[in-house]
Amino acid sequence: MYLQMAWRNIWRNPRRTIIILLAIIIGVWNMIFLGALTRGMEAGMIKNGISTLTGNIQIHHKDYRTDPVVENSMADPGAMEAAIERILPRGARWAGRVRVNAIASNARNSSGVTLVGIDPEREAQVSFIGQAVEQGRYLMPKDMYGIVVGKTLLDKFGTKIGHKLVLMSQDMDREISSRAFRIVGVYRAEMAATEKEFVFVTLPAAQQMLKIDKGISEISIILPDQQDNRRTASALKDEFFDDTYEINTWRELLPILNAYLKLSDGFMLIWYLVVFIAMGFGIVNTTLMAVFERMREFGLLKALGMKPWWIIREVLLESVLLLLMGMAIGNILSFLSISALSGSGIDLSSLAAGAEYVGISRILYPAIYVRDVVIANLVVFVLGLVVSTYPAAKAGRFTPVEALAHT
Amino acid sequence: MHIVECVDINKTYHQGKVEVLALKGVSLAFEKGSFVALAGPSGSGKTTLLNIIGGLDLADSGRVVVDGNAFDKMNRSQRADLRLNKVGFVFQSYNLIPVLSALENVEFVMLLQGLPPAERRKRAKDILDEVGLEDMYDRRPAELSGGQQQRVAVARAIVSNPSIVLADEPTANLDSSTGKGLLEIMKQMNEKKNVTFIFSTHDNMVMDYADRVIYLRDGMVADDRVKR
Repeated sequence: MYLQMAWRNIWRNPRRTIIILLAIIIGVWNMIFLGALTRGMEAGMIKNGISTLTGNIQIHHKDYRTDPVVENSMADPGAMEAAIERILPRGARWAGRVRVNAIASNARNSSGVTLVGIDPEREAQVSFIGQAVEQGRYLMPKDMYGIVVGKTLLDKFGTKIGHKLVLMSQDMDREISSRAFRIVGVYRAEMAATEKEFVFVTLPAAQQMLKIDKGISEISIILPDQQDNRRTASALKDEFFDDTYEINTWRELLPILNAYLKLSDGFMLIWYLVVFIAMGFGIVNTTLMAVFERMREFGLLKALGMKPWWIIREVLLESVLLLLMGMAIGNILSFLSISALSGSGIDLSSLAAGAEYVGISRILYPAIYVRDVVIANLVVFVLGLVVSTYPAAKAGRFTPVEALAHT
Repeated sequence: MHIVECVDINKTYHQGKVEVLALKGVSLAFEKGSFVALAGPSGSGKTTLLNIIGGLDLADSGRVVVDGNAFDKMNRSQRADLRLNKVGFVFQSYNLIPVLSALENVEFVMLLQGLPPAERRKRAKDILDEVGLEDMYDRRPAELSGGQQQRVAVARAIVSNPSIVLADEPTANLDSSTGKGLLEIMKQMNEKKNVTFIFSTHDNMVMDYADRVIYLRDGMVADDRVKR
C-alpha cells in the first residue's frame, strides 16, 4: 500500500509531476546521448590514431623514436617476428615496415613526406591503407617501383596516376639515395594531413633504396581486444629484456590523444554534475512545494502513529518512483537517439578542416558504453535521492500539532 | 482503574512575544468505556487538552497517563507508537488520506501496526459495514459526503481497538441530522466495543449524547457533570 500511496500521490498534481519528469528525462538523455557522442568522437580518434599506422603496440629499435633515421632500424627482425607469432593472442595481426623521412618531388613540386615501405598483404590487415585506395590499385608484393600516394598530395603536386614521383632519403651509408616510383594508386584517409604525409612503397623497394637489407623501422601490432594492450606489451618486453628494442602501446605512442582521453573523462563527469545540479534544483523545489502543500496530511499521518522516519521514507519513495520513471524514459529516448544516428552518424565535414588536427573523424558515430550509462543513471538516482532527502526530512520534522494547524 | 489520567496539566503557547495560557492546572480522570464531551467556548483549551491526551502535544508540566503509559516520559517515536496502538483520532476536517479509498483509509492504521493484508481487509470491511458504508469501500474521500467521511474516520479510529478515541469537534462541519447520525454511530461503537470516547464540542445537541460533560473556560475546568 505504501507503493500504491506514493504512486497516487505523485499523480495528484500531474502538471508538477510532468515538469519534474521532464527535468529528469532531459537530464538523463543529455548525459547518455552527449556522453555517447563524446565517446564516439574518442573512439573515432582512437581508431584514426591506431589505424593510421600506429597500431595497438609498436616495436622499434630503442633509439628510433628519439631519432627516426634509417640507422636506427631493426637490422634482423627475424627473431622478433618469430617471438611475436608465439606471443600474440589469437586474432592479432602484425606487420613490419620501413618508415623514414623523405623528400618527394616531381617536375614542379617537392615536399617532405614519410616514406613507408610495407608488406602489402600484411599491412592491409593492420592499417587503413589496405582499404583506402580509391583510384588506381593497391601495391603488389613484388612491386619494386609502384607508389601509392594520398589524394591531397596528388592534388598538391598536380600529378596523376601513371606519373612519376621521385623519393629521396638518406640511406644506411649516410648517402642520399633516390628512386623514381610510378604512381599506381591514390588513397583517401580520414584526415587530409595523413594524405599529405604518407607515401607507400613495397618493403623490398624501400629496403633496397635505403640499403638496409632485411631491416625494418617498426613492427605494428593490432590486437583483437584493446584491453590486451598492456598484457601483450608486457609479455613482449619479458621476451626481449635486453633493451635492444622498445615496445610501446598506443597510449605511449600517442601521448596527446591519451591525455585528451583522460581529460575527456573528467569533463564528462563535470558535465554530469552540471546537468545534475540544474536538475537537482528542479527536484528539490517541486518536491518541497509538494511537501508544504501536504503539510496537514503529514500531520494526520503523524497523528495516526506514523513515525518521522516512515514519513521520510514515504516522501523518498515518491522521489524514487519519479526518478525511476524519468530514468526509464530518459534511457529509452537516449537509446532511440543513438540508434537513429548509429547508421549515418553526424556529418562534421564542414568542421573537418579544423577537426582533423585533433584527429576527429569527418563523420561522428555515437558510441555507447555500459559503464557510461550506469554512471549517468547512478548520478541521477543517487544524487536525486540525496537532494530529495531535504524535503523529505522537512516533512518528517513537522510536529503533528503545527502540521494539523496549517491552513 | 482510569483509562486516562491528567494531573495538573499546564500549557502555555508563545505567539511572538505574547504568552497564551491554554491550560492551567487541569486534572481529570476518565473511566474506561465512558463517552465524554469537553465543552466550552473557542479558546477554552478543549483542543489543547485533546492534543495533550492524545500525545500530539506535550504539556509544559503535569502528567498524562493513557492506559498506564505516561506520555511525558516518552520520546517522539514512543509517543507515535502509543498513538498508533492506544489512541484513535477523529478530526473536524481533513480527516482522511485523499489518495486512499475508504477501505484503504481504514486499513492504513492496521498497515502501520503490521497486520497481515487479509486480516486488515476483513476487519476494515467489517467496521465499514458497521458504520453503514458497506457500498462505499472503493470511494475516495472526494467522492464521499462530509458525514460519510467522518464515519470512515470513526471506523478508522476504532478498527484497531484503541483504548481511547479522541474526536475534535467531529460534527462541526456537518449539518445537524448528519451530525446526529455520526454521534449515534460513535455512541453505538462506544457501547458495543467499550471504547472510551472523548470529544470536544460547543454544540448542545452533541453534549446531550455524552454521559459526562466537562466544561472548560480559560484553560481551567469550570464544571464537570456526570449525567448518568
